[in-house]
Amino acid sequence: MVSVAMSKLKRIVPAATVIAILIAIWWLVIVATHSAIFPTPWQVVTGTLELTRDGTLWADIGASLMRVGLGFSLAVSIAVPLGLWMGWVRGAFSTLNPIFQILRPISPIAWIPIAILWFGVGDASPIFLIFMSSVFPMVVQTTAGVHTIERRYLRAAENFGVSRYTLFSRVIIPAVLPQIIVGMRIGLGVAWLVVVAAEMIALRSGLGYLIIDSRNAGNRYDLVIGGMVIIGLIGLSLDGAMRLMEGIRLVKWRYAH
Amino acid sequence: MPIKISVRDLAKRFLTDQGSLQVVNGVSFDVADGEFVAIVGPSGCGKSTLMSIIAGFDRPDQGSVTVDGAAGKGPSSKGILISQQGSVFPWLTVQQNLMFGLNDHAPSDKEEIADHYAAIVGLKGFEKSYPHELSGGMLKRVELARALVVKPEILYMDEPFSALDALMSLRMRKELLRILAVERHTVVLITHDVEEAIHLADRIFVLSARPATIQATFEVPFEHPRKLSSPEVQDLRESILRELGV
Repeated sequence: MVSVAMSKLKRIVPAATVIAILIAIWWLVIVATHSAIFPTPWQVVTGTLELTRDGTLWADIGASLMRVGLGFSLAVSIAVPLGLWMGWVRGAFSTLNPIFQILRPISPIAWIPIAILWFGVGDASPIFLIFMSSVFPMVVQTTAGVHTIERRYLRAAENFGVSRYTLFSRVIIPAVLPQIIVGMRIGLGVAWLVVVAAEMIALRSGLGYLIIDSRNAGNRYDLVIGGMVIIGLIGLSLDGAMRLMEGIRLVKWRYAH
Repeated sequence: MPIKISVRDLAKRFLTDQGSLQVVNGVSFDVADGEFVAIVGPSGCGKSTLMSIIAGFDRPDQGSVTVDGAAGKGPSSKGILISQQGSVFPWLTVQQNLMFGLNDHAPSDKEEIADHYAAIVGLKGFEKSYPHELSGGMLKRVELARALVVKPEILYMDEPFSALDALMSLRMRKELLRILAVERHTVVLITHDVEEAIHLADRIFVLSARPATIQATFEVPFEHPRKLSSPEVQDLRESILRELGV
């Protein structure tokens, strides 16, 4: 147990050191230049604590997470069945893949004007943008997952003459599940990038709004940076949560060895 | 004994960039019910293609395969293919793998049947394990048990033990013989290992280099358990190797 703790410590120490050095340099530069606008790390901390006390920070985090949750769930519920279908049915793939390949490289930010036109400036716009940004990577990963199922497994299923239901529930879906999880990790990562950008433009709540509002209402750069750090930390935890899914027994075979 | 599998004039060619490649050309043989035949041949001679056709996964360009007098209608659980790479599903436990082919049983019966066959192949205590937690030899046992569970009449074995080390391969052969002594399946084995063929089979077909045809047939008259070091076995081995040009 001691050696496990030691090796964990050995991995954390260098990373923590780099972060500490960066903060130290930042601090020194601000002190040396007597900057009037750019805050010191300590000002960022006190500014952020101020926001937690009046509750706006929690409201903004909640608003952003709610939008990501809705848009992302909607995307999963469409992308996974669609990806399985496109992977299994050749005609569906050759019909739909070209249009997806054209839509996929369009930055979700480019959809913002259209989102406002269609959905106004309420919650529907960012949810639509999150949906658009995360649905394509998940469709692509799921489809690729079906295409890369090894032939020997499909042959075995054919050999035992199982029903279509068994084929899907016992072979195809479990075989593709690791790829679906990879797609979900990518999709959620993009969704988190997009929600902040969307909130900067059209909304009156959320972490993106917090950043842009702090700048507009009196150059509160301590809150701008505090917001950025919180976005980073939440993004990290979301990815960590998705990584936990790689540990469930049903997909462990893919990551073992 | 009645004829179980009848193979007539099989031919198969593949289209490649350099034109067409004749892989199998005019293979005919019969397998009796309960018989164990082995097909040996040099590597790349079209053995696996031949097996794919016999087991119903591929169609021949010419010729026919009949099982019990009826033309093969593609793969079914009447004959299970066990291949070199194996096809144990890595996302299912040993028990779930064994239950995979059981379609019309009550769930509790399925578990009972699966555990029965797990015990037969020596996997007792590993029912809840996942394949990536098992060794290569144990994976082969899972594969064999999964096939036995559906009570197939025929086992098609394509280099089943080639990926194992020599000791484990020998152990698996003995296991297979022990099981076959009880269950009496008809077996078609494809192998490049002459000793394995002599150890297991009643009859051995030697294939030529591509395009594959049957070049020679050997009866294996020895009683089980066979002593592989006996002079008769060594003589047979020599003659088969001579046919293979070694």
